[in-house]
Amino acid sequence: MSVDSKPNILLASRRWRWWEVVLWAAALASPWALSSHALIINEIAIVALFALSLDIILGYTGIVSLGHAAFFGMGAYSAALFAKHVMPDPLVGMAVGIGTATVLGAICSVTIQRGTDLTRLMVTLGVGLILMELANKLDWLTGGADGLQGVMMGPVLGRFEFDLYGQVAAWYSLCILLVVFVLARRFVGSPFGATLKAIRDNRLRAMAIGIPVASRLAVAYTVAAGAAGAAGALLAQTSGFASLDVFEFHRSADVMLVLVIGGVGWLYGGVAGALIFKLMQDFISNITPQYWTFWIGLFLVVLVLVGRERLVRPWTWFSAQKNKTGGAA
Amino acid sequence: MSRPTTNNAVQAAPTVLSAQGLVMKFGGITATNNVTLDLHQGARHALIGPNGAGKTTLINLLTGVLQPTSGQIILEGQDITDLAPHQRVRRGMVRTFQINQLFDTLTPLETLAMVVSQHTGLGGKWWQALGANRRVIERCEQLLEQFHLTEVMAQETRVLAYGKRRLLEIAIALACEPRVLLLDEPVAGVPAGEREELLQTVAALPADVSILLIEHDMDLVFSFAKRMTVLVNGTVLTEGDPEQIANDPQVKAVYLGHAEGELEGAAHG
Repeated sequence: MSVDSKPNILLASRRWRWWEVVLWAAALASPWALSSHALIINEIAIVALFALSLDIILGYTGIVSLGHAAFFGMGAYSAALFAKHVMPDPLVGMAVGIGTATVLGAICSVTIQRGTDLTRLMVTLGVGLILMELANKLDWLTGGADGLQGVMMGPVLGRFEFDLYGQVAAWYSLCILLVVFVLARRFVGSPFGATLKAIRDNRLRAMAIGIPVASRLAVAYTVAAGAAGAAGALLAQTSGFASLDVFEFHRSADVMLVLVIGGVGWLYGGVAGALIFKLMQDFISNITPQYWTFWIGLFLVVLVLVGRERLVRPWTWFSAQKNKTGGAA
Repeated sequence: MSRPTTNNAVQAAPTVLSAQGLVMKFGGITATNNVTLDLHQGARHALIGPNGAGKTTLINLLTGVLQPTSGQIILEGQDITDLAPHQRVRRGMVRTFQINQLFDTLTPLETLAMVVSQHTGLGGKWWQALGANRRVIERCEQLLEQFHLTEVMAQETRVLAYGKRRLLEIAIALACEPRVLLLDEPVAGVPAGEREELLQTVAALPADVSILLIEHDMDLVFSFAKRMTVLVNGTVLTEGDPEQIANDPQVKAVYLGHAEGELEGAAHG
């Protein structure tokens, strides 16, 4: 009730909590602490960044997309081409990857402003397929179905060479993830981010209070495309390779899955989802290489039936369902 | 503008919103037929009429959801007939909804901070924190106080009691700093226990805001309105002050039956 308590409530959600600091410190230390697992740490960081970019449009703006791989692929190919033909510096390549994906996102944002969720879903799917076919047909540039080979990366900041064990790669990806995460955190906690949530919750009213809905959606979509481009660029740079696989439909579907596992509308959903998804994939496919998707599928069904809230609280499984309080965010 | 009116006191105030000869046809059906309506500075103007009279269509025409077949809408001297809904909002015409249109996952504080930020030109700022601006927070505090929402400001909107949600519905509109406010049945569906709080809040809305009230509740209409327009079958049947309307034989004919007693009772009571 006091005058000063109110702004604190709004600003409190912006403050970094202790577990966040611990989490990021642990993540940045992991390539050294778990040096034999640096490759998978790198993969997790890339998927987490990709899922984070989808969360900006799916979780915070309410745009359903099955073609988010279009921007991932755009980032991957442009970073790879830039390294091969122009200069091998990773950070400049990263900027180029983000830039092209952002431009593509801005162009595609025109397509998502009309229609229902279903039509938007189809349009995003279509854009993804078109880009894959383009990359396939423009083989003089992209290498077509063989992929773009022979991409040599220079050292990060001119000092840290990518090593065979993937330690530098993992560290590089984690740093980019952290930078994008910090920016995204700012973005969704701003007045701009609040208007996006308003559009997600009630588009009619958002319009009725004077929010320019179309342009806000366009900006959100463009920003998310840029972040997806960063993830794609990371993949190309750390693997030294770009193939049609980056545009594949399963990539868009997987990232949606990752976000569903981790939870939408909560930036850590992408990080948590990527961690669980990748570790499960790694663990199960070691045991049963052909049928790991079965177990992922089963996990999803259980997740949906039991609910994420209860799944992470095993002690509530057998007690009465009376104290169901939501508080993930 | 040139319509003759008998009430000099009202005519003295300048016209803020003027609908001139509005016609809306849906195929062969004329939903709005040559409606002319003037709203004066600081007006407390009620729009009444039986179901199907075209009240909702008229609201949609004024706010820009529908484009009129013919006619003009003038807001503070400027023709806004061709403007999009959000452009009209920026020029100061804001509406509330008969069925709550709220942001369910935001708290009242977040909702109002978002709306106030948007209307102080901060809506495009992505680097600043929501709530970092002192003026925004002060305005939010005023609004929360004014609409009795202070104690629930940190709860998600979807868990609020219906009366509180109804208050927030109006608070959002007022946070847009309207010069013209269109209230669409503000007390519809509010349980008796929460009604008084809402009626008082509506009565205490800022005097300089011109209000057009669409309402079925005759208690509210006659306690609130200084001027009334009766709409029947898409046409303005008559316009006048509450006493004239209550005693108008034509209006009585329209509201014949139980509503007739209600009209007179409300006017005298």
